Amino acid sequence: MEEVGVTEKDVLRVAELANLELTAEEVPRMQRDLNAILGHIAQLNELDTAGVPAMAQVGEMLGAEVELGGANLRVDAIRPSLDRKAVMASAPESDGRFFKVPKVIER
Amino acid sequence: MTIEEVRKAVASKATTATAVAEQHYARIAAEDGPSGKNIHSYLALSRDRALAQAAKIDAMAANGEALPPLAGVPIGIKDVLTMVGSPATAGSKILEGYMPPYDATAVKKLEAAGAVLLGKLNCDEFAMGSSNENSAYGPVLNPRALDRVPGGSSGGSAAAVAAGFAVATLGTDTGGSIRQPAAFCGVVGMLPTYGRVSRFGLIAFASSLDRVGPFATTVRDAATMLSVLAGKDELDATSSDRPVGDYVGALDKPVAGLKIGVPAEYFGEGLDPEIRAAIEKALDGLRGQGCEIKTIALPHTRYAIPTYYVIATAEASANLSRFDGVRFGLRAPGVQTLSAMFRETRDRGFGAEVKRRILLGTYALSAGYYDAYYRKAQQVRTLLTRDFLAAFAEVDAIVGPVTPTPAFKLGAKTDDPVQMYLEDIYSVAASLAGICGMSVPCGETKGGLPIGVQIMGRHFDEETMLRVALAIESGQA
Repeated sequence: MEEVGVTEKDVLRVAELANLELTAEEVPRMQRDLNAILGHIAQLNELDTAGVPAMAQVGEMLGAEVELGGANLRVDAIRPSLDRKAVMASAPESDGRFFKVPKVIER
Repeated sequence: MTIEEVRKAVASKATTATAVAEQHYARIAAEDGPSGKNIHSYLALSRDRALAQAAKIDAMAANGEALPPLAGVPIGIKDVLTMVGSPATAGSKILEGYMPPYDATAVKKLEAAGAVLLGKLNCDEFAMGSSNENSAYGPVLNPRALDRVPGGSSGGSAAAVAAGFAVATLGTDTGGSIRQPAAFCGVVGMLPTYGRVSRFGLIAFASSLDRVGPFATTVRDAATMLSVLAGKDELDATSSDRPVGDYVGALDKPVAGLKIGVPAEYFGEGLDPEIRAAIEKALDGLRGQGCEIKTIALPHTRYAIPTYYVIATAEASANLSRFDGVRFGLRAPGVQTLSAMFRETRDRGFGAEVKRRILLGTYALSAGYYDAYYRKAQQVRTLLTRDFLAAFAEVDAIVGPVTPTPAFKLGAKTDDPVQMYLEDIYSVAASLAGICGMSVPCGETKGGLPIGVQIMGRHFDEETMLRVALAIESGQA
């Protein structure tokens, strides 16, 4: 982790990656906050973590690794799925069968 | 009223489940809204579903049938869990009007055990916050001090129990969101071990940390709730198939001989002196009941907050990508292209804290920063977990504060995210390690604000944790 210093350009780039549109007023506020939080996070550099395994899930620490053959997954059986009408009822736009969205190809 | 009191009263026909539900709805109508105390714990009431269930329980009681453990008990559900017939907003505008087509497993289990589900409870947007001030639908007030926050993110769940708007509630805890509001509102709140309670139907914030757990007025009620909620769910691959304990039965075992660890790192600078005194008194009480109290070290404690805010935001940035205006909730109107619809929908739908965390998480995962932030934080998570595993080789439970301060005033920390995040200083380590924890009332400040004590237990050893909690609770009276 190098010296942190998030620029306005960084904020806009990350916002684009996250599909977030920020207003002109939001950008400096987010820049200030991200720098403050990353400054706090920089404390992690004090720790030497060479050779320490990364922990993604609690189970890994308890010796309960995911069984790669799938033995601890549920049985792959056909079961009723959600009622389509109930799902589509909450969609912003639907023809009853599919979700409708604006034009996908832009150029 | 406690769970057992309600159940017995319904079973003996001293009252009916319908009458109990109506009493709670009457209290909510009188006090929860702007014409009352404006506590604002409920976002939606599920009257039809509640009264249908109450009628079913009353018919069982009338027929003299054996009643299930939560028969007629009025329970509220945090609005990040899905419940058919009620909107699920997660405290966000982006899900306004969303009617989920399925029940969360925890919701389903409560109802199958006889609970009467009163409605959906206010919370910080997507459970991101420590004060409930991030709800897009307005804050919740602390029933014990109306100028103060109830804590967060499960502020509505804690406040509803404290105000008598439910006998018990469901909350969720990712970094302290059950234990901290329980401490602020003077109720019992429990974080079960990761994997003990199904997350199916929980609107995800950080999947490796999110947990569902109960709020109640007593330790015994929290144990009863856990007995109903615990267990393997094939709809949640991270739920554990370890046998479910006898949580209520464990309460009869004395605590004499148990070794209690007190982490020096949890009593450093910044801890309110009245909270310190209250916890020392609780420890004296445990000593008096035959526990051996010993100082332990959890040396990586100070790194828990920075670790948490990398991992939780990274996971959130991925989980919240599903809110795009296509399948549910809000869609920005009048947008011509798909990519503009995504951006404008998310801009309108997400509040400032959610955007802040998505940006931070996206930054931490982006090319060139992944090893420096995300991988580093995952390695420190291992060190934090090893701290607990080493401590639990020496002691049976760990006792310390839940929060550095009692409930603070509304607006006191909203301008400074780092200050707000530091609220979680004593709660996030247990979240990262996956161990169980709970908050139990242990007195109040001179100003009358509740104080909570935190009890942490080994992975899947809620029984010992509950025994210690009960010993502390019984020492309060």
